[in-house]
Amino acid sequence: MDRVRTNRRVKTLVASAIPVTWVVVLLLVPYALLLIQSFWRLRNGTLTHELTTENYRRLFGTSLYPATILYSAGVALRVTVFSLLLAFPVAYVLAFKVRKHKTLLYMAVIIPLWVSYVVRAYAWKIILGQQGILNGLLMSMGIIRTPLTVLLYSTAAVVLALTHIYTPFTLMPIYAVLDAIPPALKEASQDLYANRWRTFIHVILPLSLPGVVAGCTFAFVLSMGDFLAPQLLGGNDSALMVSNLVWSLFGVAYNWPLGAAVSVVMLALTLVLLWVAGRVEARGSYGGEARASVTDYAAPV
Amino acid sequence: MPRRSDPLTAGLWISAGAVFAFIYAPLAIVILYSLHDSSIIAWPLKLGTLRWYGVLVHDTSMLAAGWASVKLAVLAVIIALAVGVPGAFVLDRYDFPGKGAFRRLVMLPLILPGIITGVALLSFFSFVGLSLSSGFPLVPGWPVVLGHGAALTSVIMTQVYARLQRFDRALEEASGDLYANEWQTFWRVTLPSIRPAVLGAALLVFTLSLDEIAVTFFLIGRQNTLPLQLWGLLRRGITPEVNAAATVIFAVSLLTIVLWSRMIRDEKGRE
Repeated sequence: MDRVRTNRRVKTLVASAIPVTWVVVLLLVPYALLLIQSFWRLRNGTLTHELTTENYRRLFGTSLYPATILYSAGVALRVTVFSLLLAFPVAYVLAFKVRKHKTLLYMAVIIPLWVSYVVRAYAWKIILGQQGILNGLLMSMGIIRTPLTVLLYSTAAVVLALTHIYTPFTLMPIYAVLDAIPPALKEASQDLYANRWRTFIHVILPLSLPGVVAGCTFAFVLSMGDFLAPQLLGGNDSALMVSNLVWSLFGVAYNWPLGAAVSVVMLALTLVLLWVAGRVEARGSYGGEARASVTDYAAPV
Repeated sequence: MPRRSDPLTAGLWISAGAVFAFIYAPLAIVILYSLHDSSIIAWPLKLGTLRWYGVLVHDTSMLAAGWASVKLAVLAVIIALAVGVPGAFVLDRYDFPGKGAFRRLVMLPLILPGIITGVALLSFFSFVGLSLSSGFPLVPGWPVVLGHGAALTSVIMTQVYARLQRFDRALEEASGDLYANEWQTFWRVTLPSIRPAVLGAALLVFTLSLDEIAVTFFLIGRQNTLPLQLWGLLRRGITPEVNAAATVIFAVSLLTIVLWSRMIRDEKGRE
């Protein structure tokens, strides 16, 4: 009996050694190091291992960093709302109205997710630029005389491109929950003389809530942390995104401890958000297993 | 088909169609302008040249970047498989203290914005003194290879774990009753039934690694990957060569995804 147990313990140890060591060394240690580094002091441009709270005091002491975080959250919020408004009707049609080629159509919606982020951001640059396609089109149609310069390099361009990039992310979990609703529930509601609107408000919408929360969380977290599209399309406005600040602190500004502090604040905000979303999802969860990340939804249903 | 013609349903179909158009129109524009007969991307579109593909084929730095991306993606797949498959078995079959934390930790790179994982790994490699260019030209750089491996292990682990959860362990017991040892059981019983999930997840990792830019941005050494090379071109002047490259990337990703969905469907059909 004891030998069986020892044997099992040895097996567990051997089997888990590689994955656990890997994850600890290459994920836990780096994230922990980021946290530790945010308490290190930068002296005359060189990193020292002296502990200090200076980075956080600087972060919260001036209005620059909180304003940047608020601005990014504002951009992310707009992207989330637009993505939700665009994704929900498509998810609804796919789940309840489409009868033929459902899987194919679902794949068609999520394929752009796996097709080059850079290409999708770039597309908006050639559409919205001063010599871009939209300006050319509007001028040839006689709607405007001189090219509009306000299209590109603005917050609106960033919101538009990020909405385009993250709408499929938002759609996946919404579709998953809608598709899991048994038709019998809809029919029961209609048998009780609810019209379609009431069925939607009292049956479909509450049941779709976990998916909506999951989709909105993806859109918000990922667009808040995006630094490439803002850099390409945002012009001077892009300097106001928190992730661009991190990027420049780890790059040209070469202040890693401060950059780490900003990252830690971002990380903390994200984790709080994910935790809250997880609670809401668990409470409203209806059937199906909880899925934690975007790739879990990517499989054709 | 009942009630398809009523206004509410029609409105839904129209808005879904419009969203489809919104998602695909920008991609269609990028592809169409790869055939544009002018070096300035502007309206009107002048279709009818393949010269940008010619430029692309002769662009040595673009080709080097493409080759680096493929090497990186293959290495990421190998690492993610080597760690992710055992990880999935551990999650499925063993209990140990901190198992829940382990699962959450693995998922973090997929849930967090890439920049956080990127700067965390950059700090780590700088702290341990592993140069970003180390391993070049054999690999694009060990840090970026390890970084991709770390960030994408979770894809293999979660997908294979999900498959193992649906696997009937009685098959393994039956194999044991027939005097197969544990290795024989693994190779002849367990592995064949999880193989589609493993291959599917591997393809997914390949595609994700090929397109990864946020983590790569911080870890790359001397040799750019394809997304970073394109990114560099975008920051300078842009010509339809970028569109040609984008179209090729689009085609490759599409092919991988189609293969992948086939694999998943085969697996689901077999159950």
